[in-house]
Amino acid sequence: MDLNTIRITLDKLPLGSGGEIVDVDWAILSDKDGRRLRELGVDEGVSVEKLHKGPFGIDPIACRIGRMTVALRSAQAAAIGVGPRRNQ
Amino acid sequence: MNPAPLVALAGNPNAGKSALFNALTGARQKVGNYPGVTVERKSGRMALADGRPVEMLDLPGTYSLEPSSPDEAVTHDVLLGKQPGERLPSALLIVIDATNLDNHLRFALQLIALGLPTVVALNMIDMAARDGLSIDAAKLSAALGVPVIPTVAVRRKGIEELKAAIGMLATGGPVRLSGTDAVIHEDIVTLQRRARVIAVAATTEENFRRRWSHRADAVALHPIIGPALLATILFVMFQAVFAWSAMPVDMIDSGFQQLQAAVTAAMPPGFLRSLIVEGLIAGVGAVIVFLPQILILFLFILMLEASGYMVRAAFIMDHLMSRVGLSGRAFIPLLSSFACAIPGIMATRTIDDPKDRLTTILIAPLMTCSARLPVYAVIIAAFIPARDVAPGVGLQGLVLFGLYAAGVGGAMLAALILRRTVTKGPPPGFMMEMPRYQMPILRDVALGLWQRAMIFLRRAGTIIAATTMVLWLLVSYPKPPVGNALPAIDYSIAGRIANGMEPVLRPIGFTRDMALALIPAMAAREVAVSALATVYAVDASDESAQQRSLVDRLHGRWSLPTALAFLAWFVFAPQCISTIAVVRRETNGWKWTGFMLGYLFALAYLAAGATYWAAIALGL
Repeated sequence: MDLNTIRITLDKLPLGSGGEIVDVDWAILSDKDGRRLRELGVDEGVSVEKLHKGPFGIDPIACRIGRMTVALRSAQAAAIGVGPRRNQ
Repeated sequence: MNPAPLVALAGNPNAGKSALFNALTGARQKVGNYPGVTVERKSGRMALADGRPVEMLDLPGTYSLEPSSPDEAVTHDVLLGKQPGERLPSALLIVIDATNLDNHLRFALQLIALGLPTVVALNMIDMAARDGLSIDAAKLSAALGVPVIPTVAVRRKGIEELKAAIGMLATGGPVRLSGTDAVIHEDIVTLQRRARVIAVAATTEENFRRRWSHRADAVALHPIIGPALLATILFVMFQAVFAWSAMPVDMIDSGFQQLQAAVTAAMPPGFLRSLIVEGLIAGVGAVIVFLPQILILFLFILMLEASGYMVRAAFIMDHLMSRVGLSGRAFIPLLSSFACAIPGIMATRTIDDPKDRLTTILIAPLMTCSARLPVYAVIIAAFIPARDVAPGVGLQGLVLFGLYAAGVGGAMLAALILRRTVTKGPPPGFMMEMPRYQMPILRDVALGLWQRAMIFLRRAGTIIAATTMVLWLLVSYPKPPVGNALPAIDYSIAGRIANGMEPVLRPIGFTRDMALALIPAMAAREVAVSALATVYAVDASDESAQQRSLVDRLHGRWSLPTALAFLAWFVFAPQCISTIAVVRRETNGWKWTGFMLGYLFALAYLAAGATYWAAIALGL
């Protein structure tokens, strides 16, 4: 199987695992959310790792995006596609 | 003489901007507000190496210049010389976090493109080294085209070099912007990619790992330990607010009593003396007495914020808050409101979603502030028997807890309804950078506390002083006729207003005396206690004797349902003029302030009525 075709959205990514952002579905995000995510460094090619989730229920999640730790909710994380790191 | 050159300080949140600002200016800071918007304006004096003064302006921490929030709009307008009342800065100091270059350089590129004389502080360079990153400042400077100075603001490293660089840039002469607006609107992604190329070229990386913060988060965000830790911190905080404040509160109290005695001795009797002693000093004293509690609460909040824990608390609470249509960000202001709604409402400025923020402001007064406690204490002591309902659980304590819980429950219910009706909107997202953990810097925390204290005292000296004097006039005039049979307050304007209020309040079990106590309680809730004492002509030399004897009198005059209704009223009623004034300022008008007053009074009326009739029905 071609490793480059594996893609999972950030909200479904298991805790503790990571990869690289392969695509972002900006269309399902509101303008404001999209801008915020861009400002927090979300972009194709950036490394990402899912670190924690909130104690009650599924939201929110904490991820390392690039060198920053960012908290976000699953609804927004669902727009972020994650694949295996290419430079490893 | 020309005014000192203005140097603006800009950068991302969590870049260590405040620490750098404090290191550059020391305690010589002025905190104010930009007119018409709720953005704090912070400026300070700095002396350059050659003695020239410079005015430093600390701009809000933002991620971009896109003017989509008030903070960003102010940053944008100041740096383009479009902010009314603000000079165009002569120079710009950009702070970036060395451990997070990719992200911070993006905003730096946007700022540099404005064309102001610019210097970059490469801050937290020590942390970068610890993370295994080494950054070539010269290379970075060449790529950016502006000087780059490595700094460690919290240890005051690189500050002199930074001052020298600012001295060379800020000549005080007129500045012309060489950049254009076009760069500001350049696509974030394009800028981000450029930033990443520059960052990668200037950085040598060796096993990047943020060990410390990761290990701490494994505990603080643990699904079980995390909430338990948060609950423990909150418990300790509330304990401290009440336990540590007892002594300073008593000291302030006796200080004001001595002041009253001194003024009484120094002035001839008459209207002016009564106005100053009984109106001004007593009224302002009744509010300043809360300063210790507010400062202790702020000490905790500033420490939690400076350490980086506050965002973790918001993270833990986010899901629960989202159930009522709020986000985790609302947690911090609501927490502050337990000491006093005023700092809580001011803290809502950190919430960027306007509907989320408005809802938080509207429910903040429902958090039981410390001013309600003296009222609760007197009523509970008078009507709730001091017996244990379970081993170690006293009925009085249980009722007190119930009152706090009723406030929180009411607030959550109100938020739920408001978010579905008047503040309807898309659910606020929760996207926050989680900064690294840091040891709070004592100096910065102390400075923050000092500024909070000054803001509070300034308010006490102006609006609170004015309203307490007006209320004193209402309860004191006109004077009773000679040989009056009733307490003097019955003849006053307030007494007449209470007569008018009584038919409205009778259905919820309130007597005219209670209506009378509610009027001065508008200045500060706990004044209800001394007002009741006045109404029942309690004459006691010291306060605890007054309180004991008031408890006795209340016990004889009020029925239990009436007392419970009074407590229920105090849980919900929006009864303090300073809070109303702050809501008006923060919502920019009377519309939402009026709405808040209306819904809270309605809630208080219904709750008091329901309590009264339920208690009657239960035969209490």
